Amino acid sequence: MKLPAFDYATPTSIGEAVALLAAGDGSARPLSGGQTLMPLLAFRLTAPSLLVDLRGIPGLDAVEIGEAGTRLGARVRWCDIEAHAGLAAAQPLLVAMIGHVAHYQIRKRGTLGGSMAHADPAAEMPGVAVACDGVLHLVGAGGARDVAARDFFLGPLTTALAADELIVGITLPAWPHGRRWGFQEFARRRGDFALAGVAVHYDEVGGRAVGAHVAVIGACSAPHRVAAAEALLEGSAVTSALAAEVGRAVAASVSPPEDIHATAAYRRSLAGTLAERALAAAGGLA
Amino acid sequence: MRDVAFEVNGKACRVAVEPRTTLADCLRHDLGLTGTHVACAHGVCGACTVLVDGEAVRSCLTLAVQMEGAAVTTIEGLSSEDGLSPLQAAFRKHGAVQCGFCTPGIITTMHALLTTEPHADEARVREVLSGNICRCTGYMAMVAAVLEARAAYQGAPA
Ligand code: FES
Ligand code: FES
Repeated sequence: MKLPAFDYATPTSIGEAVALLAAGDGSARPLSGGQTLMPLLAFRLTAPSLLVDLRGIPGLDAVEIGEAGTRLGARVRWCDIEAHAGLAAAQPLLVAMIGHVAHYQIRKRGTLGGSMAHADPAAEMPGVAVACDGVLHLVGAGGARDVAARDFFLGPLTTALAADELIVGITLPAWPHGRRWGFQEFARRRGDFALAGVAVHYDEVGGRAVGAHVAVIGACSAPHRVAAAEALLEGSAVTSALAAEVGRAVAASVSPPEDIHATAAYRRSLAGTLAERALAAAGGLA
Repeated sequence: MRDVAFEVNGKACRVAVEPRTTLADCLRHDLGLTGTHVACAHGVCGACTVLVDGEAVRSCLTLAVQMEGAAVTTIEGLSSEDGLSPLQAAFRKHGAVQCGFCTPGIITTMHALLTTEPHADEARVREVLSGNICRCTGYMAMVAAVLEARAAYQGAPA
Protein backbone atom coordinates (compact mmCIF):
# COMPACT_ATOMS: atom_id res chain seq x y z
CA MET A 1 0.00 0.00 0.00
CA LYS A 2 1.13 3.58 -0.52
CA LEU A 3 2.17 5.34 2.65
CA PRO A 4 -0.19 7.69 4.47
CA ALA A 5 0.63 11.39 4.07
CA PHE A 6 2.96 12.97 6.62
CA ASP A 7 5.20 15.97 6.97
CA TYR A 8 8.99 15.59 7.19
CA ALA A 9 11.69 17.40 9.14
CA THR A 10 15.46 17.04 9.47
CA PRO A 11 16.58 18.57 12.77
CA THR A 12 20.30 18.95 13.41
CA SER A 13 20.31 18.47 17.17
CA ILE A 14 18.63 16.21 19.72
CA GLY A 15 17.01 19.27 21.34
CA GLU A 16 15.49 20.37 18.07
CA ALA A 17 14.24 16.83 17.35
CA VAL A 18 12.58 16.53 20.75
CA ALA A 19 10.96 19.96 20.36
CA LEU A 20 9.49 18.82 17.03
CA LEU A 21 8.14 15.62 18.61
CA ALA A 22 6.62 17.61 21.48
CA ALA A 23 5.13 20.39 19.35
CA GLY A 24 2.64 18.42 17.27
CA ASP A 25 -0.45 16.39 18.04
CA GLY A 26 1.54 13.62 19.72
CA SER A 27 1.62 11.43 16.61
CA ALA A 28 5.01 12.60 15.29
CA ARG A 29 7.55 9.77 15.05
CA PRO A 30 11.33 9.77 14.83
CA LEU A 31 12.73 8.23 11.63
CA SER A 32 16.06 6.46 11.96
CA GLY A 33 16.81 3.75 9.36
CA GLY A 34 13.12 3.29 8.60
CA GLN A 35 13.40 -0.48 8.24
CA THR A 36 10.64 -1.15 10.76
CA LEU A 37 8.75 2.13 10.47
CA MET A 38 8.41 2.04 6.67
CA PRO A 39 6.66 -1.38 6.62
CA LEU A 40 4.37 -0.20 9.43
CA LEU A 41 3.50 2.83 7.31
CA ALA A 42 3.01 0.64 4.23
CA PHE A 43 0.55 -1.50 6.17
CA ARG A 44 -0.98 1.70 7.56
CA LEU A 45 -0.55 0.39 11.08
CA THR A 46 0.58 3.88 11.99
CA ALA A 47 -0.20 7.29 10.52
CA PRO A 48 2.10 9.93 12.02
CA SER A 49 1.55 13.60 11.22
CA LEU A 50 5.29 14.20 11.03
CA LEU A 51 8.44 12.13 10.60
CA VAL A 52 11.45 13.57 12.40
CA ASP A 53 14.45 12.22 10.50
CA LEU A 54 17.45 11.80 12.81
CA ARG A 55 20.06 11.56 10.06
CA GLY A 56 21.25 15.15 10.45
CA ILE A 57 22.03 14.80 14.16
CA PRO A 58 25.74 14.22 14.72
CA GLY A 59 27.09 11.66 17.19
CA LEU A 60 24.22 9.17 17.29
CA ASP A 61 26.21 6.52 15.45
CA ALA A 62 29.05 6.21 17.94
CA VAL A 63 30.23 2.92 19.47
CA GLU A 64 32.24 3.28 22.69
CA ILE A 65 33.73 0.24 24.37
CA GLY A 66 34.81 1.03 27.93
CA GLU A 67 35.53 -0.57 31.30
CA ALA A 68 31.95 -0.34 32.49
CA GLY A 69 30.34 -1.46 29.28
CA THR A 70 29.59 -0.73 25.66
CA ARG A 71 27.61 2.31 24.69
CA LEU A 72 25.98 2.22 21.28
CA GLY A 73 24.29 5.22 19.70
CA ALA A 74 20.72 4.83 18.48
CA ARG A 75 21.74 5.26 14.84
CA VAL A 76 24.29 2.45 14.85
CA ARG A 77 23.29 0.19 11.97
CA TRP A 78 23.39 -3.62 11.88
CA CYS A 79 26.15 -3.47 9.26
CA ASP A 80 28.17 -1.17 11.55
CA ILE A 81 27.97 -3.81 14.29
CA GLU A 82 29.00 -6.55 11.84
CA ALA A 83 31.97 -4.49 10.63
CA HIS A 84 33.18 -3.30 14.06
CA ALA A 85 36.51 -4.84 14.97
CA GLY A 86 36.06 -4.76 18.75
CA LEU A 87 32.45 -5.75 19.32
CA ALA A 88 32.76 -9.51 18.82
CA ALA A 89 35.02 -9.67 21.87
CA ALA A 90 33.31 -6.92 23.88
CA GLN A 91 29.72 -8.08 23.33
CA PRO A 92 29.65 -11.57 21.79
CA LEU A 93 25.94 -12.15 22.36
CA LEU A 94 25.06 -8.89 20.60
CA VAL A 95 27.13 -9.83 17.58
CA ALA A 96 25.72 -13.38 17.48
CA MET A 97 22.13 -12.18 17.63
CA ILE A 98 22.69 -9.53 14.98
CA GLY A 99 23.66 -12.34 12.63
CA HIS A 100 19.96 -13.17 12.53
CA VAL A 101 18.69 -9.65 11.84
CA ALA A 102 16.94 -9.41 8.49
CA HIS A 103 18.90 -9.43 5.23
CA TYR A 104 21.89 -7.72 3.64
CA GLN A 105 20.02 -4.65 2.34
CA ILE A 106 18.03 -4.09 5.54
CA ARG A 107 21.25 -4.25 7.58
CA LYS A 108 22.61 -1.34 5.56
CA ARG A 109 19.91 0.98 6.90
CA GLY A 110 18.29 -0.60 9.93
CA THR A 111 19.40 0.80 13.29
CA LEU A 112 19.26 -0.49 16.82
CA GLY A 113 17.33 2.56 18.03
CA GLY A 114 14.62 1.96 15.46
CA SER A 115 14.37 -1.71 16.35
CA MET A 116 14.05 -0.96 20.07
CA ALA A 117 11.61 1.92 19.62
CA HIS A 118 9.22 -0.31 17.70
CA ALA A 119 9.63 -3.40 19.90
CA ASP A 120 8.53 -6.08 17.51
CA PRO A 121 8.33 -9.18 19.74
CA ALA A 122 10.34 -11.14 17.17
CA ALA A 123 13.12 -8.54 16.85
CA GLU A 124 16.57 -9.49 18.08
CA MET A 125 17.83 -6.15 19.46
CA PRO A 126 15.18 -5.83 22.18
CA GLY A 127 16.10 -9.40 23.12
CA VAL A 128 19.80 -8.48 23.36
CA ALA A 129 18.90 -5.49 25.48
CA VAL A 130 16.91 -7.59 27.93
CA ALA A 131 19.26 -10.59 27.95
CA CYS A 132 22.29 -8.37 28.64
CA ASP A 133 20.70 -6.09 31.27
CA GLY A 134 20.99 -3.13 28.90
CA VAL A 135 20.02 0.39 29.89
CA LEU A 136 18.36 2.64 27.32
CA HIS A 137 19.20 6.33 27.23
CA LEU A 138 16.20 8.51 26.40
CA VAL A 139 15.85 12.24 25.89
CA GLY A 140 12.48 13.98 25.98
CA ALA A 141 11.01 17.43 26.31
CA GLY A 142 11.30 17.06 30.10
CA GLY A 143 14.96 16.04 30.03
CA ALA A 144 17.02 12.88 29.87
CA ARG A 145 16.36 9.58 31.67
CA ASP A 146 17.68 6.04 31.67
CA VAL A 147 15.33 3.05 31.57
CA ALA A 148 16.38 -0.56 32.10
CA ALA A 149 15.54 -2.73 29.11
CA ARG A 150 13.45 -5.03 31.30
CA ASP A 151 11.14 -2.08 32.05
CA PHE A 152 11.13 -0.68 28.53
CA PHE A 153 9.50 -3.36 26.34
CA LEU A 154 5.87 -3.59 27.39
CA GLY A 155 4.23 -5.57 24.60
CA PRO A 156 3.97 -5.87 20.81
CA LEU A 157 4.99 -2.47 19.36
CA THR A 158 4.54 -0.99 22.84
CA THR A 159 7.30 0.56 24.94
CA ALA A 160 7.83 2.95 27.83
CA LEU A 161 8.90 5.66 25.36
CA ALA A 162 6.78 8.83 25.67
CA ALA A 163 5.50 10.58 22.53
CA ASP A 164 8.04 13.37 22.94
CA GLU A 165 10.97 11.07 23.73
CA LEU A 166 13.80 9.78 21.62
CA ILE A 167 16.10 6.81 22.19
CA VAL A 168 19.63 8.22 21.91
CA GLY A 169 21.53 5.06 22.78
CA ILE A 170 21.93 1.98 24.91
CA THR A 171 24.61 0.79 27.31
CA LEU A 172 25.30 -2.93 27.64
CA PRO A 173 27.27 -3.77 30.81
CA ALA A 174 30.80 -5.05 30.35
CA TRP A 175 31.00 -8.71 29.39
CA PRO A 176 33.43 -10.58 31.64
CA HIS A 177 36.07 -12.70 30.00
CA GLY A 178 35.08 -16.37 29.94
CA ARG A 179 31.34 -15.80 30.29
CA ARG A 180 29.41 -18.71 28.80
CA TRP A 181 26.67 -17.94 26.30
CA GLY A 182 24.46 -19.36 23.59
CA PHE A 183 21.92 -17.97 21.16
CA GLN A 184 19.49 -19.93 19.04
CA GLU A 185 16.77 -18.65 16.76
CA PHE A 186 14.47 -20.24 14.23
CA ALA A 187 12.77 -18.48 11.31
CA ARG A 188 11.32 -20.02 8.16
CA ARG A 189 13.87 -18.13 6.07
CA ARG A 190 17.05 -16.98 7.84
CA GLY A 191 16.65 -13.27 8.46
CA ASP A 192 12.87 -13.38 8.56
CA PHE A 193 10.96 -12.75 11.76
CA ALA A 194 11.87 -15.25 14.44
CA LEU A 195 9.22 -17.83 15.30
CA ALA A 196 11.19 -18.06 18.53
CA GLY A 197 14.66 -17.27 19.81
CA VAL A 198 16.48 -17.88 23.10
CA ALA A 199 19.59 -16.24 24.56
CA VAL A 200 21.42 -17.76 27.52
CA HIS A 201 24.46 -16.61 29.45
CA TYR A 202 26.09 -17.25 32.80
CA ASP A 203 29.47 -17.06 34.48
CA GLU A 204 31.17 -20.22 35.60
CA VAL A 205 32.46 -20.45 39.16
CA GLY A 206 33.83 -23.77 40.37
CA GLY A 207 32.06 -25.60 37.55
CA ARG A 208 28.69 -24.08 38.40
CA ALA A 209 26.56 -21.44 36.69
CA VAL A 210 26.34 -18.07 38.40
CA GLY A 211 24.35 -15.03 37.29
CA ALA A 212 22.12 -17.12 35.01
CA HIS A 213 20.23 -15.24 32.30
CA VAL A 214 17.68 -16.90 30.03
CA ALA A 215 15.76 -14.62 27.68
CA VAL A 216 13.13 -15.35 25.03
CA ILE A 217 12.06 -13.51 21.88
CA GLY A 218 9.38 -14.27 19.31
CA ALA A 219 7.29 -16.75 21.24
CA CYS A 220 5.98 -14.02 23.50
CA SER A 221 4.48 -10.52 23.40
CA ALA A 222 7.71 -8.85 24.53
CA PRO A 223 11.26 -10.07 25.10
CA HIS A 224 11.67 -11.19 28.69
CA ARG A 225 13.78 -13.29 31.03
CA VAL A 226 12.41 -16.57 32.32
CA ALA A 227 12.84 -16.66 36.10
CA ALA A 228 11.91 -20.34 36.46
CA ALA A 229 14.58 -21.38 33.95
CA GLU A 230 17.19 -19.13 35.55
CA ALA A 231 16.44 -20.58 38.98
CA LEU A 232 17.10 -24.10 37.67
CA LEU A 233 20.37 -22.99 36.15
CA GLU A 234 21.66 -20.86 39.01
CA GLY A 235 24.29 -22.68 41.07
CA SER A 236 24.09 -25.85 39.01
CA ALA A 237 26.59 -27.68 36.85
CA VAL A 238 25.44 -27.52 33.23
CA THR A 239 24.64 -31.00 31.95
CA SER A 240 22.49 -32.33 29.13
CA ALA A 241 19.83 -33.30 31.65
CA LEU A 242 19.78 -29.77 33.06
CA ALA A 243 19.60 -28.29 29.56
CA ALA A 244 16.54 -30.41 28.82
CA GLU A 245 14.97 -29.35 32.11
CA VAL A 246 15.65 -25.66 31.40
CA GLY A 247 14.09 -26.18 27.96
CA ARG A 248 10.95 -27.57 29.53
CA ALA A 249 10.78 -24.65 31.95
CA VAL A 250 11.05 -22.15 29.08
CA ALA A 251 8.37 -23.96 27.09
CA ALA A 252 6.05 -23.99 30.09
CA SER A 253 6.56 -20.29 30.74
CA VAL A 254 5.69 -18.81 27.34
CA SER A 255 2.24 -18.14 25.92
CA PRO A 256 3.04 -17.61 22.26
CA PRO A 257 0.85 -15.99 19.63
CA GLU A 258 -0.68 -18.10 16.89
CA ASP A 259 -0.66 -17.05 13.23
CA ILE A 260 -0.32 -18.46 9.74
CA HIS A 261 3.37 -19.17 10.32
CA ALA A 262 3.03 -21.41 13.37
CA THR A 263 0.59 -22.60 15.99
CA ALA A 264 1.03 -21.61 19.62
CA ALA A 265 1.90 -25.20 20.53
CA TYR A 266 4.61 -25.33 17.88
CA ARG A 267 6.15 -22.06 19.04
CA ARG A 268 6.08 -23.20 22.66
CA SER A 269 7.81 -26.44 21.82
CA LEU A 270 10.29 -24.56 19.63
CA ALA A 271 11.17 -22.13 22.44
CA GLY A 272 11.93 -25.09 24.71
CA THR A 273 14.10 -26.81 22.11
CA LEU A 274 15.99 -23.60 21.34
CA ALA A 275 16.61 -22.99 25.06
CA GLU A 276 17.98 -26.50 25.42
CA ARG A 277 20.26 -26.01 22.43
CA ALA A 278 21.39 -22.55 23.54
CA LEU A 279 22.35 -23.89 26.93
CA ALA A 280 24.10 -26.88 25.38
CA ALA A 281 26.11 -24.47 23.23
CA ALA A 282 26.90 -22.29 26.26
CA GLY A 283 28.07 -25.29 28.25
CA GLY A 284 30.05 -26.77 25.36
CA LEU A 285 27.85 -29.88 25.45
CA ALA A 286 26.98 -29.95 21.77
CA MET B 1 5.80 18.99 -1.95
CA ARG B 2 9.52 19.02 -1.27
CA ASP B 3 12.40 19.67 -3.60
CA VAL B 4 15.06 16.99 -3.39
CA ALA B 5 18.39 17.21 -5.17
CA PHE B 6 20.42 14.07 -5.63
CA GLU B 7 22.40 12.17 -8.20
CA VAL B 8 20.95 9.29 -10.18
CA ASN B 9 23.25 7.15 -12.31
CA GLY B 10 25.85 9.91 -12.35
CA LYS B 11 23.47 12.69 -13.38
CA ALA B 12 22.34 15.46 -11.04
CA CYS B 13 18.58 15.67 -10.72
CA ARG B 14 16.03 17.65 -8.79
CA VAL B 15 12.48 16.44 -8.18
CA ALA B 16 9.50 17.76 -6.26
CA VAL B 17 7.94 14.95 -4.22
CA GLU B 18 5.51 14.46 -1.36
CA PRO B 19 7.41 13.38 1.77
CA ARG B 20 5.59 10.04 1.67
CA THR B 21 6.94 9.16 -1.79
CA THR B 22 9.26 6.18 -1.59
CA LEU B 23 12.54 6.22 -3.46
CA ALA B 24 11.17 3.33 -5.57
CA ASP B 25 8.13 5.33 -6.68
CA CYS B 26 10.21 8.46 -7.25
CA LEU B 27 12.60 6.54 -9.52
CA ARG B 28 9.83 4.85 -11.45
CA HIS B 29 7.17 7.56 -11.67
CA ASP B 30 9.02 10.85 -11.41
CA LEU B 31 12.26 9.88 -13.13
CA GLY B 32 10.95 7.20 -15.52
CA LEU B 33 13.54 4.65 -14.41
CA THR B 34 11.27 1.62 -14.52
CA GLY B 35 14.12 -0.88 -14.30
CA THR B 36 13.67 -0.78 -10.53
CA HIS B 37 10.83 -3.18 -9.79
CA VAL B 38 8.39 -3.15 -6.90
CA ALA B 39 6.81 -6.38 -5.75
CA CYS B 40 5.95 -6.48 -2.04
CA ALA B 41 6.37 -2.76 -1.29
CA HIS B 42 7.14 -3.54 2.35
CA GLY B 43 10.70 -4.74 2.46
CA VAL B 44 10.63 -8.54 2.22
CA CYS B 45 11.38 -9.40 -1.42
CA GLY B 46 14.38 -7.31 -2.49
CA ALA B 47 13.03 -6.61 -5.99
CA CYS B 48 13.37 -2.85 -5.48
CA THR B 49 17.05 -2.88 -4.43
CA VAL B 50 19.13 0.08 -5.64
CA LEU B 51 22.49 1.44 -4.54
CA VAL B 52 22.62 4.50 -2.32
CA ASP B 53 26.16 5.82 -1.98
CA GLY B 54 27.29 2.38 -3.07
CA GLU B 55 25.26 0.43 -0.52
CA ALA B 56 22.44 -1.91 -1.53
CA VAL B 57 19.17 -0.73 0.04
CA ARG B 58 15.52 -1.51 -0.42
CA SER B 59 14.09 1.51 -2.24
CA CYS B 60 10.55 0.73 -1.03
CA LEU B 61 11.79 1.22 2.55
CA THR B 62 13.50 4.52 1.78
CA LEU B 63 11.89 7.90 1.27
CA ALA B 64 12.84 10.04 -1.70
CA VAL B 65 13.23 13.05 0.63
CA GLN B 66 15.96 11.16 2.48
CA MET B 67 18.08 11.14 -0.69
CA GLU B 68 19.09 14.82 -0.50
CA GLY B 69 22.77 14.88 -1.52
CA ALA B 70 23.01 11.12 -2.09
CA ALA B 71 24.26 9.24 -5.14
CA VAL B 72 21.75 6.63 -6.31
CA THR B 73 22.56 3.90 -8.81
CA THR B 74 19.79 1.85 -10.40
CA ILE B 75 19.98 -1.13 -12.73
CA GLU B 76 20.01 1.35 -15.63
CA GLY B 77 23.27 2.75 -14.28
CA LEU B 78 25.13 -0.56 -14.13
CA SER B 79 25.67 -1.12 -17.85
CA SER B 80 26.50 1.07 -20.79
CA GLU B 81 24.45 1.40 -23.97
CA ASP B 82 26.73 -0.94 -25.84
CA GLY B 83 26.83 -4.00 -23.72
CA LEU B 84 26.11 -6.00 -20.62
CA SER B 85 28.21 -5.69 -17.50
CA PRO B 86 30.26 -8.79 -16.61
CA LEU B 87 27.71 -9.67 -13.93
CA GLN B 88 24.81 -9.28 -16.35
CA ALA B 89 26.65 -11.28 -19.01
CA ALA B 90 27.21 -14.10 -16.50
CA PHE B 91 23.50 -14.11 -15.63
CA ARG B 92 22.67 -14.42 -19.30
CA LYS B 93 25.23 -17.14 -19.90
CA HIS B 94 23.99 -19.25 -16.99
CA GLY B 95 20.30 -18.74 -17.69
CA ALA B 96 19.94 -17.05 -14.30
CA VAL B 97 17.00 -14.96 -15.56
CA GLN B 98 13.54 -16.25 -16.30
CA CYS B 99 10.64 -13.78 -15.99
CA GLY B 100 13.17 -11.14 -14.93
CA PHE B 101 11.04 -9.46 -12.32
CA CYS B 102 13.50 -10.09 -9.49
CA THR B 103 16.58 -9.59 -11.65
CA PRO B 104 17.31 -5.85 -11.27
CA GLY B 105 17.20 -6.19 -7.47
CA ILE B 106 19.47 -9.20 -7.57
CA ILE B 107 21.99 -7.65 -9.97
CA THR B 108 22.22 -4.45 -7.90
CA THR B 109 22.61 -6.45 -4.68
CA MET B 110 25.27 -8.74 -6.09
CA HIS B 111 27.09 -5.80 -7.65
CA ALA B 112 27.26 -4.12 -4.24
CA LEU B 113 28.43 -7.35 -2.63
CA LEU B 114 31.17 -8.08 -5.16
CA THR B 115 32.34 -4.47 -5.17
CA THR B 116 33.05 -4.61 -1.43
CA GLU B 117 33.70 -8.36 -1.12
CA PRO B 118 35.16 -9.51 -4.46
CA HIS B 119 36.27 -12.80 -2.93
CA ALA B 120 32.89 -13.68 -1.38
CA ASP B 121 32.58 -17.46 -1.25
CA GLU B 122 29.55 -19.51 -2.20
CA ALA B 123 28.17 -19.52 1.35
CA ARG B 124 28.40 -15.73 1.52
CA VAL B 125 26.79 -15.31 -1.91
CA ARG B 126 23.93 -17.60 -0.87
CA GLU B 127 23.50 -15.79 2.44
CA VAL B 128 23.23 -12.38 0.77
CA LEU B 129 21.05 -13.74 -2.03
CA SER B 130 18.61 -15.00 0.61
CA GLY B 131 17.34 -11.43 0.97
CA ASN B 132 16.01 -11.47 -2.59
CA ILE B 133 13.03 -13.59 -3.56
CA CYS B 134 12.93 -15.22 -7.00
CA ARG B 135 9.92 -17.33 -7.82
CA CYS B 136 11.25 -18.69 -11.11
CA THR B 137 14.85 -19.75 -11.24
CA GLY B 138 15.53 -21.80 -8.12
CA TYR B 139 18.70 -19.71 -7.54
CA MET B 140 21.21 -22.36 -8.67
CA ALA B 141 22.04 -20.58 -11.92
CA MET B 142 22.32 -17.25 -10.12
CA VAL B 143 24.85 -18.60 -7.65
CA ALA B 144 26.91 -20.00 -10.51
CA ALA B 145 26.70 -16.70 -12.40
CA VAL B 146 27.74 -14.60 -9.41
CA LEU B 147 30.66 -16.88 -8.58
CA GLU B 148 31.88 -16.66 -12.17
CA ALA B 149 31.47 -12.87 -12.29
CA ARG B 150 33.70 -12.43 -9.23
CA ALA B 151 36.75 -12.47 -11.47
CA ALA B 152 35.70 -9.16 -13.03
CA TYR B 153 35.66 -7.50 -9.59
CA GLN B 154 38.91 -8.90 -8.30
CA GLY B 155 41.80 -6.54 -8.62
CA ALA B 156 39.44 -3.66 -9.39
CA PRO B 157 39.54 -0.84 -6.85
CA ALA B 158 36.73 -1.42 -4.36
S1 FES C 1 9.45 -4.19 -3.26
FE1 FES C 1 10.94 -3.47 -1.88
S2 FES C 1 11.53 -5.25 -0.82
FE2 FES C 1 9.83 -5.94 -2.02
S1 FES D 1 13.28 -14.66 -12.70
FE1 FES D 1 11.16 -14.57 -12.25
S2 FES D 1 11.13 -13.98 -10.16
FE2 FES D 1 13.20 -14.31 -10.54
